[in-house]
Amino acid sequence: MELFWEIVISALLVIGGFFGLVGSFGLVKLPDPMTRLHAPTKAATLGVGATLIASMVWFGVYKDDLTLHELMITIFIFLTAPISAHFIAKANIFRDWKQDQLPPPAGNGNWAVHEVESDTSAEELQEAEVSQKS
Amino acid sequence: MIRKILPHPHLTLLLTLVWLLLANAYTINSLVFGLLMGLVIPWITAPYWPDRPIIRNLPKIIEYILIVFYDILVSNIVVARIVLFLPNSKLQPAWVTVPLDLHEPEAITVLAGTITMTPGTLTAEVSADGHSLLVHCLHAPDPDGVRDDIKARYEARLKEIFE
Repeated sequence: MELFWEIVISALLVIGGFFGLVGSFGLVKLPDPMTRLHAPTKAATLGVGATLIASMVWFGVYKDDLTLHELMITIFIFLTAPISAHFIAKANIFRDWKQDQLPPPAGNGNWAVHEVESDTSAEELQEAEVSQKS
Repeated sequence: MIRKILPHPHLTLLLTLVWLLLANAYTINSLVFGLLMGLVIPWITAPYWPDRPIIRNLPKIIEYILIVFYDILVSNIVVARIVLFLPNSKLQPAWVTVPLDLHEPEAITVLAGTITMTPGTLTAEVSADGHSLLVHCLHAPDPDGVRDDIKARYEARLKEIFE
């Protein structure tokens, strides 16, 4: 029985390590910032998840101690990963993508980054840049 | 009276539970402290959620969570395969506009998060009027299919939960 659990834990750790590696490798291999964002938001979640499950199983089997705060880590990752990805994507669109390079939104209006009346408009930032250079 | 002390009973319960799990000690001590936090935090943050949606459909929520977990699992394998085996020259990234039928900001936030966590798609932007999402696809030979998939698989279910 001992052996069985050891195999389970090792397998989970190897899977976790593998997906963590793939996520990091994706950052290097993929061609541009938008596609690079995909690797860490997805491949890395399973990497971290498998490692956390391994930790839970190890504590449950060898320490006779049911720990559940690994679950909390998982939930926090699922809550924060999309938000940080969203921020990075937004910054990237703001810097590198012109309005006519993106598909238009349904209905009237514009994407929020290109909306001039948003908190800091593109013009304001350009003015700031110009005044910095002079 | 009860409304005043407990403006958000579910949040109170959730915060207490989260505190117990974080403390990792199931004692009266941490239960009392968790309850204290569960009472104070909803009271302080009440001005930030003036109209919150009413969520009743518990089986649907569980179904949704299970579907999303399954999709996260699949998406990891799909993305790993693209990263490892698909040469960059054959990669077809695409932008997709997803028009929204959802209206509650909470529901749209959940949908945006779900899209980011699931196969090859990532929510990048919301339109200024809040009626469409801009989604980036890692590898999408058929962008329209991606949009229909998102609408049928996630948005329809969220609509049942939130509205």
